[in-house]
Amino acid sequence: MSPSYGSITKDGLWGNNPALVQLLGLCPLLAVTATVVNALGLGLATLLVLMGSNIAVSLIRNYVPQTVRLPAFVMIIASLVTCAELLMQAYTYELYEILGIFIPLIVTNCAILGRADAFASKNPVLPSALDGFMMGLGFALVLVLLGAIREIIGQGTIFSGMDLLFGPMAADWEISVFGEGYVDFLFAVLPPGAFIGMGLLIALKNIIDRRLAAKRAAAKIAVVSGSKRVRVTGEVS
Amino acid sequence: MKHLISSPHIKNQQRTARVMQWVILTTLPGLLALTWVFGWGSLIQVCLCVSFAVIGEACVALLRKRSVAFYLGDYSAVVTGLLLGLALPPFAPWWIACVGGLFSIVFSKQLYGGLGQNPFNPAMAGYALLLVSFPVEMSTLWAQAQSLTPDPTELPGFSTTLEAVLVGGSAVPDAFTAATPLDVYKHEIPHSTQAAVMTLPVFQAGYAGGWEWVNLGFLAGGLILLWRKIITWHIPVSFLAALGGCSLLFGWDPDQSTPLGLHLLGGATMLGAWFIATDPSSAATSTLGKLWYGAGIGALVYVIRAWGGYPDGVAFAVLLMNLCAPFIDYYTQPRVYGHQRRTRGLQKDEVV
Repeated sequence: MSPSYGSITKDGLWGNNPALVQLLGLCPLLAVTATVVNALGLGLATLLVLMGSNIAVSLIRNYVPQTVRLPAFVMIIASLVTCAELLMQAYTYELYEILGIFIPLIVTNCAILGRADAFASKNPVLPSALDGFMMGLGFALVLVLLGAIREIIGQGTIFSGMDLLFGPMAADWEISVFGEGYVDFLFAVLPPGAFIGMGLLIALKNIIDRRLAAKRAAAKIAVVSGSKRVRVTGEVS
Repeated sequence: MKHLISSPHIKNQQRTARVMQWVILTTLPGLLALTWVFGWGSLIQVCLCVSFAVIGEACVALLRKRSVAFYLGDYSAVVTGLLLGLALPPFAPWWIACVGGLFSIVFSKQLYGGLGQNPFNPAMAGYALLLVSFPVEMSTLWAQAQSLTPDPTELPGFSTTLEAVLVGGSAVPDAFTAATPLDVYKHEIPHSTQAAVMTLPVFQAGYAGGWEWVNLGFLAGGLILLWRKIITWHIPVSFLAALGGCSLLFGWDPDQSTPLGLHLLGGATMLGAWFIATDPSSAATSTLGKLWYGAGIGALVYVIRAWGGYPDGVAFAVLLMNLCAPFIDYYTQPRVYGHQRRTRGLQKDEVV
């Protein structure tokens, strides 16, 4: 039986987030998140592919023999990535040029194959679709967050070049965070900055998780002062 | 009751704070030479970097709920800030010192677990970050060296320098800023001769454009460290020998490439050899390992200076060899007295 929709959602966005917990798909995650628009573009493409592949894999799960399942999954993913690539070529050509090799490389994003094998090949269509959507959303959110951090620190702007994705109406979305005269902090734009930013994000998630766990544990063990210890003499002070 | 304590009885333990204080003291000749040759900027950079490093250390200690006084009392943050400040260009704006000092302490030292746990030299990690992030500010804001014939009006005064560092902009005219001699020599020599290059303004202050005094100052400080037995001779000597050897082997013609004297007395050679490569927590520790480690840095410095994109390469060379230090230590473990040398891998007669 498949997990509830609530737990699928929670897993994808937080508890089993592909970027922060499973650490899958790090290559595109670190390579293209120099700006928000790049991150959003790749995040949306990955989201579409992940959802599509989960639905397709779930549909064929009872007809593909166990031994050849992985080649079949990869074929499905590759065709979906080709679709995404053609779509981006058609509608957001400049962004397609910027992202370059990382669009076709979505094929090798282990998060997608991982979800196909770990979830979609064992669950019905609807939960699989939701899982693909939530995992993709969790991945895209981390991408955009990292892109925003790197863009703010690296160039002092945010939402620059959003017209590549949203057309002319987004041309003036760019916000200059630190005002004029900000010297570009190249380290944040280069890959090492992405590694450090990613490490800080993971650390932040772990801190939040630990706080929540401590709070839950504290709520559970509410010992009344004066009650007997279990199998121990003496009283709780 | 009396306690029996077995030998060896070591007196006069060199506590961390004492070692660090000696390091701080022994950088003074170099710092004085820097201030004399390049003006007040170097002193201001050192003060800024030390302040930011200490602030970073104190903040991390507070975050980790440790004693701030204990952490600051070992002076290691001061040394890190000091070494970073010595490496920065005199007219670099204040935020360079801020980013460098905080990154050195927080990211390359404390995030790895604090003093003694860092695999990379913190000051050089901070310097490399700055060099990669702000190439323009880091390479062009060197002061034009003061000509050693005393003419006090040549360099901008203390207040002008301070204004240039804190406010930035055009407080210091371009005539006072320059690239380093190593940089100039490297870029001029392909289409010039040594005699022609040495007439350029940057070389007016002396053989290595004033840098010879800085390097001699750091050499003097390093010798004091050696005399105090705070460092051993292995790393500095193998560093300088490898750099000199490479320079004689590949760059013997001064009309083709940077000559030996400029390699040894220009740039950060002596600071790197005596103060940075000898950092005990990031260097190799066995005696033979230290020789390999120092030689590796020297060779890499030559490679970067001669064929790389940067005019000086001490920071990158040290960081690269920091990466190799555990590997070097693994293969140069000395034999324990009374035991046979360890053999690695399968021996011939063991193969079944």
